[in-house]
This record gives sequence, C-alpha cells and structure tokens, in this order.
Amino acid sequence: MNELLNHLALGFAVAFSLQNLAYAFGGALLGTLIGVLPGLGPVATIAMLLPSIYALDATPALIMLAGIYYGAQYGGSTTAILINVPGEASSVVTAIDGYAMARRGRAGPALAAAGLGSFFAGCVGTLIIAAFAPPLTELAFKFGPAEYFSLMVLGLIGAVVLASGSLIKAIAMIVLGLLLGQINTDVISGVPRYSFDIPELTDGIGFVAIAMGVFGFGEIIANLGRPAAQREVFTKDVKGLWPTKKDFQDAWPAVLRGTALGSVLGILPGGGALLSSFASYTLEKKITRQPSVPFGQGAIQGVAGPESANNAGAQTSFIPMLTLGIPPNAVMALMVGAMTIKGIQPGPQVMTSNPDLFWGLIASMWIGNAMLIVLNLPLIGIWIKLLTVPYRFLFPAIVCFCGIGLYTLNNNNFDVFVAAGFGVVGYLFHKLGCEPAPLLLGFILGPMMEENLRRALLLSRGDWGTFVARPLSATLLIAAGLMILVVSLPAIRAKRQVAFQDAD
Amino acid sequence: MKIKSRIKNEKDFWSGLMFVVVGAGFAWGAHNYSFGSAARPGPAYFPFGLGILLALLGAVILLKALVVEVEGGDRIGTVAWKPLTIVVGSVALFGMLLPWLGLFIALPLLVCTSALAGDEFHWGEALANAVVLTTGSWCIFIWGLNLTIPLLPAFMR
Repeated sequence: MNELLNHLALGFAVAFSLQNLAYAFGGALLGTLIGVLPGLGPVATIAMLLPSIYALDATPALIMLAGIYYGAQYGGSTTAILINVPGEASSVVTAIDGYAMARRGRAGPALAAAGLGSFFAGCVGTLIIAAFAPPLTELAFKFGPAEYFSLMVLGLIGAVVLASGSLIKAIAMIVLGLLLGQINTDVISGVPRYSFDIPELTDGIGFVAIAMGVFGFGEIIANLGRPAAQREVFTKDVKGLWPTKKDFQDAWPAVLRGTALGSVLGILPGGGALLSSFASYTLEKKITRQPSVPFGQGAIQGVAGPESANNAGAQTSFIPMLTLGIPPNAVMALMVGAMTIKGIQPGPQVMTSNPDLFWGLIASMWIGNAMLIVLNLPLIGIWIKLLTVPYRFLFPAIVCFCGIGLYTLNNNNFDVFVAAGFGVVGYLFHKLGCEPAPLLLGFILGPMMEENLRRALLLSRGDWGTFVARPLSATLLIAAGLMILVVSLPAIRAKRQVAFQDAD
Repeated sequence: MKIKSRIKNEKDFWSGLMFVVVGAGFAWGAHNYSFGSAARPGPAYFPFGLGILLALLGAVILLKALVVEVEGGDRIGTVAWKPLTIVVGSVALFGMLLPWLGLFIALPLLVCTSALAGDEFHWGEALANAVVLTTGSWCIFIWGLNLTIPLLPAFMR
C-alpha cells in the first residue's frame, strides 16, 4: 500500500510538470477532436503524429498519445449522442439510447451521464493499473522465451475472437501481418530477407507507413467511395445539461457495473474499449428489470453503462502493454512502436528502468480524464460546429499531414511510396471485408514472436514439446485453443453475430 | 461465367485467393535462405511455416466461399476507381516532387490534386485549403518541431 502511494506520488510529480500537463491537455484535446470527426480514428491520428515525436522526450510523447486514445473515446460518444454517428466503434452502442434521448430533447443529461460516468471509470481504471501493474510485472520476469511465445499466441488469438466479423479471416490477417514483419534483416544470422535488393527494405517496412497507408489513405478512399450521408444535427436542443435526481438514481448503478465490467475486459487480450461497451449494454438490458424509459427509447442506463465501460476498458488495456510489452489492440501496438522509436524496449523492465515514464504516464491518465470533463461539457457547442466542416476540406488535410509525416520518418521519400502502396492494399482489404487491425498487431509482434520461438527451440534442442511441457506456457496455449473452440461452437457463433448486429 | 456462378461468397473467395497467393509466395521465397533444423532454426524457418499456414487458411476460406451459400452472395460491389487513383497518385507524386521542388510547391500541389478525389471540387476552396494547410504545416513542422524538410526548389537552395 505504502509502495503504491510512493509510486503514485512519483507519477503525479512527473505528470504535474508544466510540460507534461501541456502535452496531456494537447493530447486530450486532439483526441476529442478526432473522436468527434467521423472517419478519422485514433489509429490514423497516432500514426500521423509518430514522426513528430522524434523531437520530444519519451514521457511527454507517450502522455500525449495516451491522451489522444482516451480523448477519442469521449469525443466519439458526443457525436453518437447528438447525431447518431458514432465517431468511434466503441460508441456504437451509446448511439442507440443516447440518440433516442437527444431526440426527446434530453441530449444534455445524456452527455453529462456519459462524461461523468467516463470520468469515474477513468479514475478507477487508473487506480487498477497502479495496483496491478507491479505484481504482473513480477510474474512476467518468470517468463522464458517459450512462455512469451505462447503469451503472444494467446494475445493475438484473443484480439480476434472477441472482434466482429469472420474469425478465420481475422486469423489469416494476423498471419499476413506476421509475414510482413518478416521483411527485415534476420536478427540471429544477419541475412536480409524478402528485401529484393532494395536497401530500405533491409530495415523492414516502417509500421507507420503501413498504419498510415491502411488506416489513413485506405479509409479516405473507402469514405469517398460511399455516397455522402445525410446528417441531422441537434445543436439547438443542447440545453439543461445537468441530469435530474431521477437520472442520477438510474445511472449510478449502471456506471458502477460498467466500470467493473470494463476494467476486467480491458485487461484481457483483445478486450479494450469496444468489447467492454458491447458487454455492458447487454448486461444493462438484462439486469435492469423495470427501466423508467425502455431500452432503445432513451434509457439513461444504456448510455451511462457502456460509456463507463469503454473508458474503463480503454484505461486497463494499458496493463498488458505496460507490463508485458504485448499490445492488446491496434492503438497499443502503435504505443509500443512509439516506445521503440524512443529507444525504450517495451516489456516488464520498463517499470524499473524508466519509472518516471511508467508512473508519470499512469498519473497523467487521471489528470487527462479530469481535463476531459472540463473540456467536454462546456465545449460541446464547439465540437458540434466542427461537424459542419465538410469532408472535402478534411481529407486533403489528412493526406497532407500524412505526407509530411512519412517523409520526415527517415528524411527519405521511400516511406511515402510504401504508404501509397498500402493505401491500395488498405482499400482492397476494405472491399474484401478483411479487418486491418489484426494485421497491424501481427506486424508489430512478428519479430518478437520469431525471436522467442527460435530461442525456445534452441534451448529445448529442437523439441517442439517444450511449449506444452512447461506448465505456464501450456496453460496459455490451452487458453488460446479454448477461445477458438468456444467461439466456433455453433450456438455461440450465432449469439456472437446477434450481439454485434444488435448494435448496428 | 461458369466460375462466377459457382462463387457463393465473392468477398471471401477473392480474399481467400489473396491469402493463398501471398502465403505461397512467402513460403516459396523462403527457399533463398537457410532453413536450419528445429534445434537451430535458420532465417527461413519461421516465414516458411507462416507462409504455409497462411496458404492453408486461405484455401479453407476459398473453399468455404464455393460451398456455403450466403444471402446476397456478399458481393464486392463497384470499385471507387476515381478516389483510389487520385489519392494514391497524388501521394506518390508528392513523394517524387518533394525532394526536388520543395515543400512550398509540392504540398499545395498535394492538397489540390487530392481534393480532386471528392464529389465536389471548387478551385477557390482547394486553393484556400492549400494556403491554410501549407502555412499551418510550416508553423507546426518546420518552425515548431524543427524538422528538416526541403522548402524551396533544388535550383533555388
């Protein structure tokens, strides 16, 4: 307990420096902005900003990127409630009851419930990270290469079984990502692989180029290919922000349940914000026997629960990334990349080798959450105005920032061409119904996975049995196998599809 | 025509084919490197295994697409050729021109050419957007972050 307080004290000392406060604020603001704008997500934004963090220290850089991530969760819910356009996938369920509330002229209480619920969940999430990170880190030090390999298998499988869409295609996308990560110079023998004698390829494809190509350019092309959507905006109706006493009574149990659910699901590989919000909505629907307003017609529980859950999940999904160096989702994969850019090897040693960074980042999340509530509730009017910016101004701006970022990665135009190529690939994925996030996870983990696999085989003198003979490794692999099995059971498969269709 | 009518799920058929081709390509490419043995895995060990795995997964997806009936056939639909070529082309053009013509020419050009990809295009708007974005980029990237990017054309530097 004492230790926990000491750690938090160190974290707050770091996070309260003027520079770090400024970057937390900047990140949260930018995150809200891109959360509000549909068609621009945190993955593309963080990828866009990665080149510019070369100029920053590691701590402010990560604080800013984290701010973008949780800021986007807030911003996404604002548009979901006001115009029925979820800015982020995780606020899809918020749109159901949130938009219904807005249509009844209760946009204010809906936004307040989302904001206050998220803030509460964010605080709890931060405490959970602080409490659980050290023991998990200790466990991670007991891991050998075989355990690490199995853990990555579990992480990758977990990341896709809980997502929507075809499971086998998602697994194929992971493998494709792992293969793209094989374009590099082999660490052990020093042989350049799949480089076709192009010198730039011997260092591997930059993951920023892939992320910008697929998530930036690919999405722009896909968006432009769709007919322009009709939007209905409730700007004038946002007044009477404060919820009534009845609202509070209805909302707070949902907030508590959502926070608990989100915190647990966020830690699981593949969990995070998206799954948490879906699960919480389902739970609220089951548990609330007699809602004062039926679900789907503007029940405040349907807003407060999922919003708390997605924020708690977003927060606790930092745990596997910070303690094990294993990213549970695409945003965390980019954070791992950002650490590597700054010369920090992600993994359990970060907590002892860079305590300032580790605890400062955690403390900054709490501060960032507090900033968001100040930022969001009074500024809602401004965010809504932003939505009137037509896409035809927005997308050339995204293209332009990506272009500059790509060039400055290595001061070379090679990455610009690679990203242009991946723009085509990204659009192809979109057309073929292949989810690109698992590819990015595979790409980030590929080299690590190979190294651990080969080391484990070297240690066991070529015996593949080592992965099942070591109890910890076997447990992780069995868990991964069970996940696939459970999800492919016909009964569950049908339910899984219903659960995701419910939200559409 | 004959093959087309047998495809029951268009998206899955073509993505399965893509996985098979890419997986087989990586596995075949691995023969250039030493495979090693299980006790001393070489550089080809992991990519070869992964390539085979991807090709197998692709084959399953592909076969399922030929057998399992899906409502509507999951059609790919029309390809948005215009935004695809314009966005990708303007980015590639930017990559080519930037080292040679510098930011002050290449960036406005990128903004204007990529704007052509939208449904609506007005010269006035595109030029205004170009001016704002170029000034903004200069402020953020050059003045603020001190990044080194060629600003002027090569012959004026």
